Amino acid sequence: MSPPKGRAAVRTVLVPPDPPQGRGTSDEGRQRLIKRAPEARGQQSLLAALETVRDPELDEPITSLGFVASCAVSAAGDAQVRLRLPTYFCAPNFAYLMVADAYDAVSALPGVRHAEVLLEDHFAAGAINGGVAARAGFVRSFDGEAVSELHALRADFLRKAVMAGTDQVCRPLLAAGADPAALPAMTLGEVPPSRALDRLRSRRAELGLPAGDDAPLLIEPHNGAPVTEAALPLHLRKATITRVSIEANSGICRGMLRHRYHDTKGQGESDPGEPGGVVPPEPAEPRPTTLRSAETC
Amino acid sequence: MYEHNGEKYFIVDSHMHYWNAAPDNWVPGAEQYAKGWIECFHAYQGLGPPETHWTIEHFQKYSEDDLMKDVFEDGHVDMAIFQPTDLKEWYKEGFNTTQRNNEMGRKHPGKFIYNTNFDPRDSDAGLEELRRNVETYGCKGVKLYTAEWNNGSRGYKLSDPGAYRYLEAAQKLGIKNIHVHKGPTIWPLDKDAFDVADVDHAATDFPGLNFIVEHVGLPRIDDFCYMATQEPNVYAGLSVVVGALMHARPNFFNRVMGELLFWVGEDKMTFGSDYGIWEPKWQVEGFVDWEMPDREEYADYPRLNTAGKKKILGLNAARLYDIEVPKEFRLPAGAGTPAAQDDAQLVAGA
Repeated sequence: MSPPKGRAAVRTVLVPPDPPQGRGTSDEGRQRLIKRAPEARGQQSLLAALETVRDPELDEPITSLGFVASCAVSAAGDAQVRLRLPTYFCAPNFAYLMVADAYDAVSALPGVRHAEVLLEDHFAAGAINGGVAARAGFVRSFDGEAVSELHALRADFLRKAVMAGTDQVCRPLLAAGADPAALPAMTLGEVPPSRALDRLRSRRAELGLPAGDDAPLLIEPHNGAPVTEAALPLHLRKATITRVSIEANSGICRGMLRHRYHDTKGQGESDPGEPGGVVPPEPAEPRPTTLRSAETC
Repeated sequence: MYEHNGEKYFIVDSHMHYWNAAPDNWVPGAEQYAKGWIECFHAYQGLGPPETHWTIEHFQKYSEDDLMKDVFEDGHVDMAIFQPTDLKEWYKEGFNTTQRNNEMGRKHPGKFIYNTNFDPRDSDAGLEELRRNVETYGCKGVKLYTAEWNNGSRGYKLSDPGAYRYLEAAQKLGIKNIHVHKGPTIWPLDKDAFDVADVDHAATDFPGLNFIVEHVGLPRIDDFCYMATQEPNVYAGLSVVVGALMHARPNFFNRVMGELLFWVGEDKMTFGSDYGIWEPKWQVEGFVDWEMPDREEYADYPRLNTAGKKKILGLNAARLYDIEVPKEFRLPAGAGTPAAQDDAQLVAGA
C-alpha cells in the first residue's frame, strides 16, 4: 500500500539506518553514518515522546492508535510530526489537545530546537495547526467559537478513564475469586501489580486523586470519596460500561483509520485486538525522552 | 420479511437514507466539507463485510433501483423510515432532504415513512417549513442533527430555548418521535459535543414525545445508558451498533449489546441499517443468528431470545410509528409488549 501523498521527503528519514558495525569505512559510508544514524535515534526519541501523548477520549497513546503519520528530527534539531485522525470531522477539541500535547512533548526534548506538529486531512487543521504553533490556546485558535480552554474537558475524560481502569483492575480480581463485598475495603497496595494498576494509579494522580498504596481501590472519580458497600454494585456496573464504551469507540476509530489510509500503518501503531482484558500497550515505566547532546549537533 | 428456522420476522428499518453526495451537488467553496463528510461515511462502510463494500462513486450517489433492491428485495425490509439530513451548507440541494426522499418513495406506496427535520436556528421560517412538511408528507417523526452548521453556528443543544419552541410546535403538529443524532461540533467548541445531557432535559420536559437516540449516543454509550434508564421515553437507535461492530468487532458487539440489554432493555431498542452506509441484508441475517456467547465474561448480561429479536428488528419501531403488523408476525401472548416504556426502570434510583 502506498503512503498518503506528499510525505516522501519525511518518510526517507524513517528508513532504519545502516547498522554501525560491519560496514565499510569509505568516506561515503562514514558520511552516511554520521548523517543518518543520529536522525534515526532521534526519531526513536521522538516516538517515545509521542507515546506519552494520549487521545483523551480513547485513553490510548496516539502512537499505538496509528495517529502518527510520520515523525522525524533533523541533525540540526528540527522536529516535524504529522498527525492523522480516523475522520475529517473528528471533534476539534480533542484534536487540538492531541496536537498541542504532541507539540509540548516534542518541544521538551533537549535536542529539539524547533518543533512543528501538523494535523492533516481535518476540517479544522488550519486553525489547530496555526493555533498550536503560535501557542495561542484553544479559545484564541477558535476565535468566537469557544469560551474556555480544554482543562475541564480533559478532566471529564480522565474521570472516565479512571472508571474504565477500575473495571480493568477489578475484573481479574473477581475472576480470581475475590469477594465483591471485600473490594471497598481494599487499598491499591493490596492489589497485585499489573500494568492496568499502574495505569489506574497514573490517571488518578493526574486528577489529583489519591493514588498511593494506602489509597482505597475504589473511589468516586469526581471527588475521590471511597465507594461504600451500598454503592458498590452500581459503581462496578458503571466501571464496566465506561470501559465498554471507550473500547468499542476505539475499535470503530481504528477500523475507520485503517480504511481511510488504506491500511498504511502509523508510526508505532499496534492494535491490542479484541479484549477481554487486554490493556492497550503502554510503557509501564516512563521511556527515556531525551536526546543525548552528541546526537544533535 | 425474514424467515429463519420457522420464525417470521417483520423488519422495520428505522434509520435509512437516500442521499446525493456526488460532486454535482457540492456547494462551491465548501467542496472539502462535502467530500470529507461522504468519505467519512464511506469509511464506516469499510467496517461491514468486504463483499458489501461499494466504490466511492457508487457510494456518493446510488439510484432508486439500487435502494429498492438492497433494502426491500434483498434486505428483507418490510417498512423503511427515511431520516433526512439537510447539510445545505455543503450540498446544494441538501444531502438527503425530506423532499428528495418523498420524490423517490412515493412511487412505492406502503414502503416508506417520511420523517422530516428542523433546525431551531431557522426561527419562524423554519417553523413554517416544518408545518408544511408535516402536512405534505404526513410526518410522525423528526431527525435532528445537533452538530449541523448553520450561518456560522456550529450546532445547537436540544435544551436551548429555541429548540424547546420547535419541540412544542412539532408536538402540536402531531409529531411523536424525535430521533437525535449527535455530531462532533457544537457551540462552544470546548464542550463535549457528544454529551447527551440536553436530550435528558428535553425528554423530561416533553414526556409525550419519544426520543430515539441514534447510534445509542456513540461515542457516549455510558452516558446514554444512564439517561435511558431514568427516562421512560428514551429509546436506543441501533444504527451503527450493528453496522460498525457486528462484523468488524464481534466481541465488542457482544458487550455493547449486553450493556444495552441491561441498561435499556429489549423493549426500547430499534434496528436501523443506516443504509446506504450499510446494506440491511447482512445486518438482519447476522442479528437473527447472533447469540450472546456462553462465556464467563458475559455472564451478567441478559440474554436475547427470538421474541426480543422480533421486537428490536421491527415490532418496537412499528409500535412507535403505529405501523400495522400482520398477525403472523406478532408476538404470542406472554412474550412481552413491544416498545413498552415501563420496563426501563431496572436500576433507576440505584
